[in-house]
Amino acid sequence: MLDSKIPAGPLEQKWNDYKGHVKLVNPANKRKLEIIVVGTGLAGASAAASLGELGYRVKAYCFQDSPRRAHSIAAQGGINAAKNYQNDGDSVFRLFYDTVKGGDYRAREANVHRLAEVSVNIIDQCVAQGVPFAREYGGLLNNRSFGGTQVKRTFYAAGQTGQQLLIGAYQALERQVALGNVTMYTRHEMLDLVIIDGKTRGIICRNLVTGELERHFGHTVLLCTGGYGNVFYLSTNAMGSNATAAWKAHKKGAYFGNPCFTQIHPTCIPVTGDHQSKLTLMSESLRNDGRIWVPKKKDDNRKANDIPEEERDYYLERRYPAFGNLVPRDVASRAAKERCDAGYGVGTTKQAVYLDFKYNLINKYGKTEAGKQGIENPDMDTLVRLGKEVVKEEYGNLFDMYEKITGENPYEVPMRIYPAVHYTMGGLWVDYELMTSVKGLYALGECNFSDHGANRLGASALMQGLADGYFVIPYTIGNYLADEIATKPIPTSHKAFEAAENAVRERINTLMNIKGKQSVESFHKRLGRIMWNKCGMARNEQGLKEAIEEIRALKKEFWSDVRIPGEINEMNPELDKANRVADFIELGELMCKDALERAESCGGHFREESQTPDGEALRHDDKFMYVSAWEYKGDSDWSLNKEPLDYEVIKPTQRNYK
Amino acid sequence: MEHYNMNLTLKVWKQKNKSERGRFETYHVKNISSEMSFLEMFDVLNEQLIEEGKEPIAFDHDCREGICGMCSMYINGRPHGPWHGTTTCQLHMRAFKDGDTIVVEPWRANAFPVLKDLTVDRNAFDRIIQAGGFISVNTGNAQDGNNIPIEKEKADQAFAAAACIGCGACVAACKNSSAMLFVSAKVSHLALLPQGVPEKKTRVLNMIAQMDKEGFGSCTNTGACEAVCPKEISLDNIARLNKEYLNAAAVIDK
Repeated sequence: MLDSKIPAGPLEQKWNDYKGHVKLVNPANKRKLEIIVVGTGLAGASAAASLGELGYRVKAYCFQDSPRRAHSIAAQGGINAAKNYQNDGDSVFRLFYDTVKGGDYRAREANVHRLAEVSVNIIDQCVAQGVPFAREYGGLLNNRSFGGTQVKRTFYAAGQTGQQLLIGAYQALERQVALGNVTMYTRHEMLDLVIIDGKTRGIICRNLVTGELERHFGHTVLLCTGGYGNVFYLSTNAMGSNATAAWKAHKKGAYFGNPCFTQIHPTCIPVTGDHQSKLTLMSESLRNDGRIWVPKKKDDNRKANDIPEEERDYYLERRYPAFGNLVPRDVASRAAKERCDAGYGVGTTKQAVYLDFKYNLINKYGKTEAGKQGIENPDMDTLVRLGKEVVKEEYGNLFDMYEKITGENPYEVPMRIYPAVHYTMGGLWVDYELMTSVKGLYALGECNFSDHGANRLGASALMQGLADGYFVIPYTIGNYLADEIATKPIPTSHKAFEAAENAVRERINTLMNIKGKQSVESFHKRLGRIMWNKCGMARNEQGLKEAIEEIRALKKEFWSDVRIPGEINEMNPELDKANRVADFIELGELMCKDALERAESCGGHFREESQTPDGEALRHDDKFMYVSAWEYKGDSDWSLNKEPLDYEVIKPTQRNYK
Repeated sequence: MEHYNMNLTLKVWKQKNKSERGRFETYHVKNISSEMSFLEMFDVLNEQLIEEGKEPIAFDHDCREGICGMCSMYINGRPHGPWHGTTTCQLHMRAFKDGDTIVVEPWRANAFPVLKDLTVDRNAFDRIIQAGGFISVNTGNAQDGNNIPIEKEKADQAFAAAACIGCGACVAACKNSSAMLFVSAKVSHLALLPQGVPEKKTRVLNMIAQMDKEGFGSCTNTGACEAVCPKEISLDNIARLNKEYLNAAAVIDK
């Protein structure tokens, strides 16, 4: 039975009350307890550093060559916090409310409220670490606005916020490594979980340089391994981002929550051809200043700058006058798809819309700068020149990146953008303490399902990763470990470790001995196509049923015809990838199964059968007001557990951004 | 932008592992689109090699957005290739033309041993950060972020230094394999901010000591590092580091 362990009491008191009554572990006992942290992104690095500071003995693992490479580093736009520095009416309640509403009422109230509460501490902590956030001339912190909100609460560092936050957490982590509180294992990948007498006791991992399998004991294991967007092959995730650790945990008993909730981000650089290996995001913050449009005429082949103002359709401003270009991501993505499907797309593939900075560059920034400099009646060239300087400071690195990839200068011509897979709201099911359904196994950050419901608002992923790592797990883990102080470290010669290692070895041997004809990459691409076409931005019953059949067939083919060159006991990136793709295939099937079961539209999950007359997502709270927590039963076999969502404070309504 | 296809010859460093000797191998790739990224061209080559039953080329890469710092190819005698301010993953094939021969090597420095083919071990950088590249503050009740006003210009300079991605191109470009640009970026980032001031002396001394211990060479200010840095980290940071170092070494009262 699912117990979400949400504390009793009024919503705004829950976290404080919890902290006041949670069990503590005394400093001497902390030194006897070992914690394994898998993944070193924002959630993992902040957790490992904070737990090391507390005195626990921490071991941290990443598959990259350094913890600083984790994909949190690529987050661009910003991090939300309810500081209300702008005096524009923000508060903890509003951040909580916006996040629950943005998630289309499929998140837990108590978790989201806690997230909003600790958001303010995150900013303070990061500033203390030396994270160079953008500042005003008075020396105080600056803010920008993001989609789905009407206040400015997003803190940022140009278009590199994730990088700066991760480096802050990475430095805190390396400081603990230097102090001997954390042992860091780079180029190591977790390939199985070890459970002894119903409790998590360690992991099996592969040293990616030597190919050797290693056994590591921990009194508890934290998975901070990110999301599974790479199931789609093409996504904004890093090439190495994978679901393997989470999937192994799932197969050992951890329930998977809402696997079908994936976020398709509206502003990414469009696909150019079959060679495409990944997609690149253009930060949502650009929607602050960019206006999205398509030509009013179908199949208009003129260049963007040749299309006069009155022949442009600013469709977001037209459909959603209250939020305009700042509607949430799911809404903006679907609107772009709708226009392109209707024949109004632009560019060679016609699968793109324009994101245009001209208007704000001239009218917002150019005119303000001209005013500051006392230039009366500035001509157009002056306005453009002055506007460009400001835009360069705000988004320079993004504009440069766009130009490198496309060869077009976005200061001169509008960007072409199209939605792409970006984030997965689903993940391992966790309770209020971030523990999965396996005792002693925790999931933090994007790896868990908890805070974003069916759609995540911009600038909330960084917030959640750091909230979990810095401010939640250091409290909640004590509640479990307080009862573990008498447990001596279990030698890794224990038969459970041996059995887990043997299973991993057997699987690797099986993979290597298939010696088929098709590359791992080719299977991954095929999986991606099935998922994008049938479990992507729009889903329907027939397509999902077909997808499940196709994935099962693909799985059979993979296990009989994949070709992996090289040896086991050496650095072998193809073998690493094969292990990951094999798991993606299984997870893809579960995503389709979940999407099929949830016969409503909500957030990023759009079931074509369930929409309002004007094409908006139509929820069915009477039937689907629950978290789907899938339990692994065997090959292609799952059972569904439902955690009902109980809204005590917010009254769910049909989302309206008009 | 006109798109075109090209046929290329690649001379790529192959090395089985840390201890075995490496050598150049020649490969040919056909119909490479000018819209591909450099690493996508390598994907095409690797798929071709797997198809032919040969071993693909191992190379480091992850985000492919120019920010994680993992990619590290020395292309035609220049770290990250011909484009200024660009990582290998952001280099696109329109930088080349039909018939070109491209030479690709790993970073070469004693402190960055080759693990396989184009993959090197850069853990030395992590150990330099461990020596002092941080502000010693535990997680907890930090004071309100706005209690520490910071002059915008300084904050911007700190940010520009903090933009370093730790890829190691500076080391690969330097004739002495010096890590000064990397170290100076971190020293500058933290020394420019009031939060970093209490530890600024020990930080610079310890980081430099670790840099020497790792076997990186000396800096002679030729500026090759700045010229190839994908994040355009400025040589000014090295000047700042030298100032900080002199200050700390001359007046430290311990």
